[in-house]
This record gives sequence, structure tokens and C-alpha cells, in this order.
Amino acid sequence: MTWIIWLLPLPPLLAFFVIILFTNKNKALSHGIAVGAAGLSWLGSMVVFITAIGTEEFGKHIFESAINWLPTGNTWLQIGVRIDPLGAVTLFFAAWTIFMIFIYSIGYQNFGQPKGDHDRPGLPPHGATVEEHGKKHTVPSIEPMYSRFFAFLGLFAFGMYVLVVSNNLLTMFVGWEIMGLCSYLLIGFWYGKPSARNAAVKAFMTTRIGDVFMLLGIAFLYSATGSLTFTDIFKPEVLEALAAAKTPILGLSAAGLIGLLLFIGTVGKSAQWPLHVWLPDAMEGPTPVSAMIHAATMVSAGVYAAIRMFPLISLDPATMSIVAFIGAFTALFAATIAVAQNDIKRVLAYSTISQLGFMIAALGVGAYVAAAFHLVTHAFFKALLFLGSGSVIHGMEHGALHTGDHADVQDMFNMGGLRKKMPITFWTFLIGGFALSGFPVLTAGFWSKDEILADAFGHGHMAVFVTLAVAAFFTAFYTMRQITLTFFGEPRTKAAEHASETPWTMTLPLVILAVFAAGFGWVGIPEHFPALGGIVPNWFHEFVGSTLAEHPEAVEFSWIPLATSLFVALGGLGLGWLVYRNVKSPKQDFLQIPVLKNKWYFDEAYNFLFVKPAYWIAEKFTSLFMDRWLIDGILHGAARFSLFLGHFFRNYIDKPVVNELIGDGTGNLVKASGSGLRKIQAGRIQYYMVVSMVVLVIFAVLYYFLIGGM
Amino acid sequence: MQFPFLSVIVFTPLAAALVILLYKAEWKKAVRWTALAAGLFALALSVWVYIAYDKGAAGYQFIEKYDWMPMFGISLHFGVDGMSVPLVLLTGIVMVTGVMISWGIEDRPREFFAFLFILASGVFGVFASLDLFMLFFFYEIAVFPMYLLIAIWGWIKTREYAAMKLTLYLFIGSVVSLVGALVMYWTAAQQTGALTFDMLALETVKFAPEFQKIWFLPVFLGFAILGGLFPFHNWSPDGHVAAPTAVSMFHAGVLMKLGAFAALRVGIMLLPEGAKFWAPLIMSLALVNIVYGAFIASVQTDFKYVIGFSSVSHMGLVAMGFATLNADGMTGAGVQMFSHGVMTALFFAAVGMVYDRAHTREIPKLGGMVKPLPLVAIGVIVGSLVSMGMPGFSGFIAEFPIFRGIWDTKLWWMAIVAAISIVITAAYVLRVVLKVFFGDMPAELEGHITPIKPLDKIALVLLMALMIGIGILPALMVPWVETGVKHILSLLGGA
Repeated sequence: MTWIIWLLPLPPLLAFFVIILFTNKNKALSHGIAVGAAGLSWLGSMVVFITAIGTEEFGKHIFESAINWLPTGNTWLQIGVRIDPLGAVTLFFAAWTIFMIFIYSIGYQNFGQPKGDHDRPGLPPHGATVEEHGKKHTVPSIEPMYSRFFAFLGLFAFGMYVLVVSNNLLTMFVGWEIMGLCSYLLIGFWYGKPSARNAAVKAFMTTRIGDVFMLLGIAFLYSATGSLTFTDIFKPEVLEALAAAKTPILGLSAAGLIGLLLFIGTVGKSAQWPLHVWLPDAMEGPTPVSAMIHAATMVSAGVYAAIRMFPLISLDPATMSIVAFIGAFTALFAATIAVAQNDIKRVLAYSTISQLGFMIAALGVGAYVAAAFHLVTHAFFKALLFLGSGSVIHGMEHGALHTGDHADVQDMFNMGGLRKKMPITFWTFLIGGFALSGFPVLTAGFWSKDEILADAFGHGHMAVFVTLAVAAFFTAFYTMRQITLTFFGEPRTKAAEHASETPWTMTLPLVILAVFAAGFGWVGIPEHFPALGGIVPNWFHEFVGSTLAEHPEAVEFSWIPLATSLFVALGGLGLGWLVYRNVKSPKQDFLQIPVLKNKWYFDEAYNFLFVKPAYWIAEKFTSLFMDRWLIDGILHGAARFSLFLGHFFRNYIDKPVVNELIGDGTGNLVKASGSGLRKIQAGRIQYYMVVSMVVLVIFAVLYYFLIGGM
Repeated sequence: MQFPFLSVIVFTPLAAALVILLYKAEWKKAVRWTALAAGLFALALSVWVYIAYDKGAAGYQFIEKYDWMPMFGISLHFGVDGMSVPLVLLTGIVMVTGVMISWGIEDRPREFFAFLFILASGVFGVFASLDLFMLFFFYEIAVFPMYLLIAIWGWIKTREYAAMKLTLYLFIGSVVSLVGALVMYWTAAQQTGALTFDMLALETVKFAPEFQKIWFLPVFLGFAILGGLFPFHNWSPDGHVAAPTAVSMFHAGVLMKLGAFAALRVGIMLLPEGAKFWAPLIMSLALVNIVYGAFIASVQTDFKYVIGFSSVSHMGLVAMGFATLNADGMTGAGVQMFSHGVMTALFFAAVGMVYDRAHTREIPKLGGMVKPLPLVAIGVIVGSLVSMGMPGFSGFIAEFPIFRGIWDTKLWWMAIVAAISIVITAAYVLRVVLKVFFGDMPAELEGHITPIKPLDKIALVLLMALMIGIGILPALMVPWVETGVKHILSLLGGA
């Protein structure tokens, strides 16, 4: 079994190289290779997953194998693969979503469409003019860097697979960084747009801040335990030793500090407050990339890593409190921003931040199974929503090109009435949206979110519980706002009027993901749930719960969280419908509040607090003052002083004393004695003298040290 | 008798330089081919030495010793250990790639290659010398042609200033070190009764701790000037910028390693007690290097200054790693010397290629280079990933152990500050890459950017392959460095 796991990441990587090196010119072959590679990895993942769930007591009989990699002193740092229950479910959703996104990209990047009239690499395609029935009109044109896009997607998928199958922090970090790099390449895919370039740098930089802390955490962990393999570091005696060791930082134990450092990596990668700023800007990339980053891979990887590190993080209560606080705060904070966004993708971006906050909060209250559950369901419904929004944008673009309408095709106020134009997209988006809102029983999102709320309540974290409940209410509300503005009512622009359903390569992935978004929740119904509990066993809890030696207790059933969860979901959805069914323009929208629209001014604040001062220090202080003024100044001062000394010696000592008194004086003496030697001096004598003096000194020194010492 | 690999490596460039000088000035082709052949020969031998180095036996190998001035205890004494053998290899690589990308030099190529090769001989000599006097001797040989190379073939605006600044700094540095070295020589002679510059013998002399504390600082700092240690780094970016491309490659690629290596060999290895005493100071200075260099690099508008200051920052990591005095830190520093050497050589080669075509290095005036120069863009991106310590590239193999080493010294805040500077590195490197290669191409450059030559491509691919190769298979380099580190640790008292 382990050989398949070793091979899982390879097909997308090979696809990357083959496309970049050989098939760049041939678009059909390139996407064939990329999709084929994703399909292979998907197939392998399914084999691994099915074998895993068929294995008795899989938590104790995981798949693992390792080889030597980095020599360290007398031993080797090993790297290897490992699939345990948590890895298996992560592999499951990653494989599905990645494969769907690959297929979807074929349609999204306009395969089969003509070349654009003025398209050039680095900018989104602008459309091509075609003649049909003697009439000219504009249709979407194929992406100019079509093959390169699939190559980058392949590399991205490789990163995710490496991360999931790793049995150690080091290769996990490698996969983690590859994804960071790919996010940079893909967010900046349309590098001709300055906004895309800036977003790419911002995404990379912000996650990088998290990464260096994570790297420090890894370094510390390695120093403390001498290993980075999960099996070794999660041994009870190792964990005990880490929990007992004290550190001088914040009074945390070693375990707490390492956990915190690793968690900061997650904060960056999963876009938690205060490092959340990159994710909404990441919308600058093509939509399949957004789905890739927001659902299938990158942000999920952050939460996955945090869940993976749970045994370590959970050792120190202080760290756990920080985790719970950041998660809950982010969940609510991002939800408040989402309600005021008009860009269809930005709403989803903030909802992603918010939902990741739910998972982190669940982790913080100790409910790691609930966090994993929500991670999986979220991956499905969020991939669905992003691909759905991409489909909407694509349909809108079609209409815009057809009619020559220049309205912003991502602004929801330019949409409306799309349910009739794009029925498949509408129904699947509805399922995804309801899953996000936690629509009771029918959707996967309900079960996972309910479990988080129940756990927060059951473990007595009332503040977390209330915060998350409010956030969930907002979630349902803005989701319904989005659905209403996009799909209901009448078309508000020409583009919306002429929007058309997208090709099957795009709708098929939507349908498949919709099945999971609705159905996946059934594997995790709590045993004591009224009416439904116990009919299907709570497989997810059993399975993922066996990841750790200590099986987590299922919380006792209580009506309070269930009622809350029902109320916030249905109430939010209902209110959203009531408020927005008649809204036609942003002016009628009472939530266009500047502070929310401007994301609580975090970008501005960071710019003012960090970016500008950093530049000031770099430019004014370090570069101009220290380097150019102070150090160079001293240097030039010294140079000028020695020049001055030179002039001084020459003009006041050399010329009057040596030259005239001794030199010329001697000369005069000689002259007086006899004219035969007159030509020798001619002002040169001082030069010979200096030379001989120096030689003398050198010989003296050498003599002193070399000969004198004998 | 064994084939004298090291002497042949050391003197091949010098012999080639003499041969080249005998040519007529018009024989430009012959000059280039001779240079390339000699470079390849030296590289082939250094690859052989690298592969044949017996890691199991460790210690100094390929030893050759010829008495030169026995009355002073001076001999031509060569040998390499795990620390120096990668650097010999590095020199060979930089030499060959430097010749390749200097193929188009039309202004007196005869003298240019001759000086370049004299420089190379000096560098090889320092890395291979086991005699303190010869180490200084080769050191000066390496520094002197630098002045001419910059002053004659350099960037017309600053070449005289930069050449003078560089030469003054480096000579002052070597004089300071030399004083320390002579005192060591003298004291050792008093203690043991034998006059010798043999470093193997000096290693075994137990200098009094007080003596070591006094003399470590001048010896170490004198060499560290060439390693670009703050606040003596100032000559280096100016020198990089003024130098012609191949010289910049040598300068940042191997010459700065010369400083770090000599500081290690003479400072830390011969005066271990002094090293222990002063380590916190060195670490602090190195930390300043890392942060300071990164900060300055981030606000430069000249492409070459960006790389120049990034070298200051990265050499800080080398000094930092050495000053941790533990296995992890020093191993990382050893790998970092090689990794950074290859990386900056690539960076400067790329900058040179862009400059030769665009005739400007001002970043705001550049853009869109990815289309005419795709391989250069890939090279710079790979170099950037190395410079920011991305896993899978040699930079990570170097930086990760360094951070671990710093962490082990319990100076945690230093590890955190150094790590954050990596973020700054990522920031400026990415901005430059985006602007120069992916930004809009200014109208005046349109159509003027000609493709690079096949030799340029070979050089770029070779350098990239090394960085990726070591990143993926660290076992290609780390075990060598580790044997060297083990010996240093034993000198430090098994710490």
C-alpha cells in the first residue's frame, strides 16, 4: 500500500515538467496531461482511502514508510509517507476537489474558443470577433497562457499531495511552501494587471510571515526532541517532557511555545486574523485558482496542519485559549465584512476566512474531530461555491461580450435573474450556499457546524459558543443576500440578460461537488441526535477520532446548541431573503457601511503601522543615514584626513623641511662642494629616502619577529 | 607518489594566465578558448577531489608539502578538509561559468582573463593552504587583481572609487589579521621552540586563554572584513556594482567566502577559546548584517545594488552560523557558503545579461524581460527561492540548520529576528522579479533585447542545477561539511 502513497504526488509534478518543457505549444495535449495526472492521483487516493476505511482499527494500523534524507551528525533526518485516519479523509476531499478543479479549468479558460483579437500573455482574454451568418459578434477567447496555467495547477496539486502524505513536519513544510509559491504564481497569473502583481506579493509575503514562525517552531521542536516525525514527537513520553519544559517566553511551556509557533504558520496560511489580509486580494487570480486556494488546498492545509499538531498544541492551556480566541474572533469579524461586499468572489473570500475561524475555534475548544469534519464539508461546498461563482462570472462575460456591455461582471448588483439563464449553476450554487449557511439536515454544512457549536457548548466555552452562533447567523444572512442578488429577481444589466449556461466541463464538476456538499454530512450524524441519531453510525467521529491514541469523548446531546443552530441558519436565510428580494442597486442596500466595506481598515492600518515604517527605516535610517552618511562618512572623513595629512606633510614638512633644508640644503652643500653631483638630487631625494626608510622598518620588524625569536 | 591534485588546481589558472599574456592582443579567440579549457580542467580536477574526498576518514586529505623557506618554517602545504573541499569546487564552478558569460568581452580580453585567472589562483590557494603564511600570500594574490579588474573594466561611473575603497578595506583587513597571525607564530615558537607557519601544528599549540581572547578579535575581524561583516561591509556592495559581471560573480561568489573561510580557519580553529569568548559579539554583528543588509537591499533601485546588499545579508548568516560554534550552525554556514556562492554568481550573471541588453540597471526603467530572456527569468526566480530559504532548494538546506544552531545557543530572539529578515528578503526579491521580468516593458527597450548566447545558457543551467540538486538531495553536500565541522568541534573542546 505504501508504494501507492509514495507515488501519489508524482503525476501532477511530472505533468508540470512535461507541460513546461515539451507540450507548452499544444493546448489540448497540455490539459490532457494535467487532467490525466490529476485523475491518476485521484484514483490512487481513492484506492488508499478505500483500503484505509476497510482496515480494522485503522488508527492503530496506519500506512507508513520512511527513507533517509538529510544527514545530521550520526543519524539521518528521515522523510516518509503516512496515511492515518485524518490523512485519509483529507486525502479524500483533496483528491476530489483537485480533480474537479482541473476539469473545470478546461471550460473556464475557454478551451475550444478562437484566439483573441488583442489578447496577450499576462492579461485575461478580451474576446475574439467571429463571423456567423454574415454577422460579426464577439465571443470569449482562449487564455493565451493556457498550457502554463495547467502546469502551475499541477505544481500546486503536487504541493498539496506532498503535504497530506507527509509523515513528518519537514516534508509537510516543503509541500506547504510549494503551495505558497504556487499561490504567488497563480494569483499573479495575469501579471499584466498591477493589482494582480500586488496581490501575489501580498499573499506570498503575508503567508511567509506565518511560515518563518512555523519554521522556527520546527527548529525548536527538532532541537527539543531530535525528530520531526509525527510518530516520534507524539509519543506520550516526548509530549510529557515538552509540556514540563519551561521557556522564558510568555511563561509558556516548550510544548506551548512550539505549538504557538506552528499555529502562527496556520494563521498565515489559513488567513486567520491578524494575517487574513491576503486572502480577499487573492481573488485577482483566475477563479479555478481561487477554488484551489480557498477550498481544496492552501487554506485547508493550514487547518490540516493545526489539527495534525493538536496533540502538541493541546498540551498548554494558554496556547489553546489563544487558538480558540483567534478562531472565534476571525469567524465573526470576517462575517461582518462579508455582508457588505458586492463582488461575488469577495463575499466568498470572507466567508472562507470566517469558516476557517470556525474550525480553528473548534480546535481551540479541543474538538479536533469537529474541526476535521468541518474542514472536509467546507472543502466540498466552498469549492462548489467558488466554481459556481466562476461559472456565473463566465456566463456574465459571455453576455457582456455579446452585447458589448462593459458592466463589472463580478458585481452582484449587475446580475439578477440568473436562475433562468443558468439553471445548473443556480441549483448547485443554491446547494452550496445552503450548506455554507448550515441549512438543517439536508446539507453537510449543517452537521459539521452543529457539531462545532455543540462542542463549544458542551465543553463550557460560552463566549466561543455565542460568538460562533452570531457568526453563523451572519453567514446565513450574507449567503442568502448573495443568492438573492445573483439569481433571483430580474436581470439588472444587459450582460445578465444575455448570460448563458457554461459548458459541461464546468457544470459537471459543479454537480459532483453538489452531491458531496449535500450528502457528506450523513457520515457524521451524532449518535444522540433526535430522530436521525443512531440510524447511520457516526462513522466520521469513530474513524477520525481513532487518529490519536486517546479516543475523544462525544459531547452529551443538548437542545440548546441544536436550537441555536437551527435558528441562526433559518433566521439568517429568511432575513436575507426578506431584505434583499427587492433591492436593485447598492443605494437601497443598508449594509453599505464604509467601515465594513473597507474591511475595518486593516489594509490601511497595516500600511501605516508596518509597511511605511519599514520602508522609512530601510530607506532613511539604514540606507541613507547609517550606510551612506555614518559609515561612508567616517570612511570618507578618514580618507580626507589622510589626504589632508598628505598635503600637510608635503606642504609644511616635506617641501620646506625635507626638500629645502635637507634636500636642497644638502644639494646646496654638495653644490658648494662640487658641481659634479648636482644632477642627482633634482628634488628626488626625498622619494628615495622614504623608500629606504620603509624598507628599513620592514626589515627591522621582520628581524625582530623572525630572527630575534630564534 | 600521489598525483598532486591541489597544486595542479591552484597553479592551473596562474599558468593559463601566463600563457594568455604571451598571446598577441588580437588573438581574442585563442584567449577565450585557453581560458575556458583551463577553467574546465581546474573544474574537472576539483570535481574529482570533491568526489574522491574520503568522508569516512575525514580530516585533511590530498596533502602535499614542499619546503620553501625552512628557516622561517614556511612551506607550500596544501590539503583540504570537509569545510574547504566544497569551496574548491565552488571556485571551479564560478571560474568556468565566469569565463562563459564573459565570452563577449571585447576590451582587452587578454589582460582581463589573465587577471581573472590570477585572482582564481589566489582563491584556490587560500582554500587549499594549510600554511598560514601561504594563506596570506594567496590571499593578497586574490585581492590585488581585483583592483585592476574593477578599475579598468568596471562601471565607468564608480569604478575608481569602488576599486580604491575595496582595496583599502581589504588590505587594512589583511594587515590587521597579519599582525595577529605573526603574534601567533611568534608565541607558538616560544611555546614549542619550533618556528612554523604550519596550521596543523598551530592547531595543536594550546595558546593561553588570555592570549586567545586578546588576539582572536583582530584576526577574526580582519578576515571578516572580506566576509562583509557589519560594520565593515561597506566596500562590498560598491565593489559588486562597479565590477564587470564575471568579477562580480567572483567577488560575491567566492571572494567573500575567502574572508569567512579564513576567519574560520585562522580565527576560530586556531584560537578556539577566543572564539568562545567573543561569539556573542560576532553573533550580534552578524545579526545586524542579516537585518541591515535586507533592509537596505529592499530600497535600492539599482538591480545590482539589490543583489550586492543581499549578499551582505546572506553572508551575515554565514558568520552567524560559525559564531554559534555548534554542529548545526556551522554545518549550515558551510553549506550556505556554497549555496550563496552559486546563488550570487547566478544573480550577477543574470544582472549582467540584462544590463548588457537594456543598458540600465535601474529597476523602474526595466520590465517585461521574461519574454526575450525566459531562461534568465527562470534563473533569477530559482535564485530568489534559494535566497529566501525555500525548501527544495539549497538555501533551505543551509538556513534551516543555521536557525536550529542559533536556537540551540538559547539566543532565541536572535533566531526570531534573523528569521523575520528572511521575510524582508522575500519581499524585495519578489518585487524585483515582478518588475524586471513581468512588469510592462518600457517602450524604449522594445525590440532591443536580444536573446542570450548558448554559453550563457549553459552557465545558467549549471548554476541552477546545483542549487536544486543540493536542495533535493542534501546528501550531495552536507556529509562533506559535517566531517569538517566535526574536526572544528573537537578543536573547540567537543562542545
